[in-house]
Amino acid sequence: MSQVPISWFLTLSAILFVLGVAGFIFRRSIITMFMSIELMLNAVNLSFITFSYQLKQVDGHLFVFFVMVVAAAEAAVGLAIILTVFKNRQTLNIDEVNSMKN
Amino acid sequence: MDVILFLVFAIIAVLAAINVVVQTHPIASAVSLIGVMGSLAVLYLLLGAEFIAAAQVIVYAGAVMVLFIFVIMLLNAGAEARKGRSFMASLLGAPVLIALLALLAWFVERIYPEGMGVHFGGFTGGSPESIGHALFTTYMLPFEITSILVLIAIVGAVVLARKELD
Amino acid sequence: MDSFIVISLIKTFIIFAVLMTTLAYLQWVERKVIAHIQVRPGPYRVGPHGLLQPLADVIKLITKEDLLPPYVNKPLYLAAPFLAITMALLSISVIPFGPTIEVAGYRTWMQLTDLNIGVLFILAVSSMGVYGVALAGWASNNKYALLGGLRSSAQMISYELPLSMAIAAPLLISNTLSLRKLVGTQAGNLWNWNLFHGWQYVSFIIFLIAAFAETNRVPFDLPEAENELVAGFHTEYSSMKFASFFMAEYANMITVSCLATLLFLGGWVAPWPVEYGSGYVPVAIFALAGIIALTHGLNPARQRDRYTLPAFGVIFLIIAGIFLLPVMQPWLLPLFWFCAKTGAILFAFIWVRGTLPRFRYDQLMGFTWKFLFPAAVLNLLATGLVVALVS
Repeated sequence: MSQVPISWFLTLSAILFVLGVAGFIFRRSIITMFMSIELMLNAVNLSFITFSYQLKQVDGHLFVFFVMVVAAAEAAVGLAIILTVFKNRQTLNIDEVNSMKN
Repeated sequence: MDVILFLVFAIIAVLAAINVVVQTHPIASAVSLIGVMGSLAVLYLLLGAEFIAAAQVIVYAGAVMVLFIFVIMLLNAGAEARKGRSFMASLLGAPVLIALLALLAWFVERIYPEGMGVHFGGFTGGSPESIGHALFTTYMLPFEITSILVLIAIVGAVVLARKELD
Repeated sequence: MDSFIVISLIKTFIIFAVLMTTLAYLQWVERKVIAHIQVRPGPYRVGPHGLLQPLADVIKLITKEDLLPPYVNKPLYLAAPFLAITMALLSISVIPFGPTIEVAGYRTWMQLTDLNIGVLFILAVSSMGVYGVALAGWASNNKYALLGGLRSSAQMISYELPLSMAIAAPLLISNTLSLRKLVGTQAGNLWNWNLFHGWQYVSFIIFLIAAFAETNRVPFDLPEAENELVAGFHTEYSSMKFASFFMAEYANMITVSCLATLLFLGGWVAPWPVEYGSGYVPVAIFALAGIIALTHGLNPARQRDRYTLPAFGVIFLIIAGIFLLPVMQPWLLPLFWFCAKTGAILFAFIWVRGTLPRFRYDQLMGFTWKFLFPAAVLNLLATGLVVALVS
């Protein structure tokens, strides 16, 4: 029994994804919500690589590569947007960045 | 041996992920997220994805999270204040999430009841050569497009974050 | 399986012990060389020629009061030096110091482990080393430490880019990421080294400049210089935690020198093959050193050297004799060449420290983004073009 059943990896990916969703829904600070998005992306990366192992093809790794590149680009632009929002509203609470009337 | 390795790093990943969501101060969340990414890198090594494991540490844990930590330090984001939470959320929150998780886990176990096992060395196609070969032959177009995407992101970030010239 | 674990443990202990001693004595070498550049004697009171000075420094650092200021963020404050020294020592684990060695019937590599992504591993570990600095600056709850930490980590991640591109250029020529196979592609003689055969002069210079900045050495040491920003990110640290940062810096220096040796200077490959007598070069060097020490010992310039100089002369002659033993030659000679090349690059690090003034922070960042990074990209393109056209 020195082999790990492949379903365990997928279950771990599901747990991490659900934790990311929980963080995204329940936290109010913009930066923590952003970090929950990164957590979700990492969980999806894990499932891609698990399926790549199962099908014995390298294409899953390529998808993870592109997900990482896009996540890095998104992090850069998203953090720049957060900086601009902070400069204008002086708050990082997403409930207060709301100028619509009720 | 592989099972012990998987269990240790999976438990570290889950605990660190719970810590990301639970901690109030953003720096503590960021450091826990680095822990998640590190343990996921070890799990990628177990799955034979050596290049992706190294790329995970270099790009995600070593660059993207440094960017997060810089922004948190620059904004001096303090601990998040616990404002009033809606009654529905605190009642239904955890149970609904656990239900979602149980549904996902049940589906996974149904599809892979006796699935193949993962052992270190089971998949040797994750070397930099095979990734490079696939990247520059089959996936050439996405590669070029993502490079332009990164260029756009760089220009966008510089424009957004610079000082306004009054 | 069992002998593998036992051999790996023994190698770990040996590498750790040798590395710790080398760190301590590298500091001695640095102080002596900088002192002689500045025409002063340097440490020479504690032991013969100051050789026990590192021991005195270690005792001082261990017995100093270990402060834990009440206003710091305790988990991160305690974790930061640990992270710095762990990452610095981890990158030494994949560096090959020589070919295989056979002791008591067990053949093993002179390397703790050979990954087939060895170069990527070192890059990954040095990326994680940024956290030691950034978190130390943040956790210290001190504006000077925070500024120093932010500046230092921004400098380190900015210079990682030209460093990676300068590493990628000889990899295009050697076609492998494993450090052991990298040396294998440069086997033979002096002209097979990547520096000469692959015309990687520009890459070598870019690598060295980026390495100076990565390890926070002069001329890029503004974030941690003593007369700038109090002491930078390690202002609030004392005793063993400060020693950890210190050791981490020297270990990083050793790692980048070893990496430069492996990538550009051919690792443990001798300049000309052993058949033509390159085995006598270390013998000649140590014998010469021994004879000079003995002749100076007969009428020493300082009275205190009356007994120590002849002692050193005898030690050098014994080492020269050891190099002549045929049983030690297969592994001692490559180790000598590896250490000689790494030592030459470390000497260049120390030489530059004694010679150049430091950059201002905006000059430093402007230098990397406006000059070094485009130069590294052009160098990589040129190397790729030449490799594609030639093969």
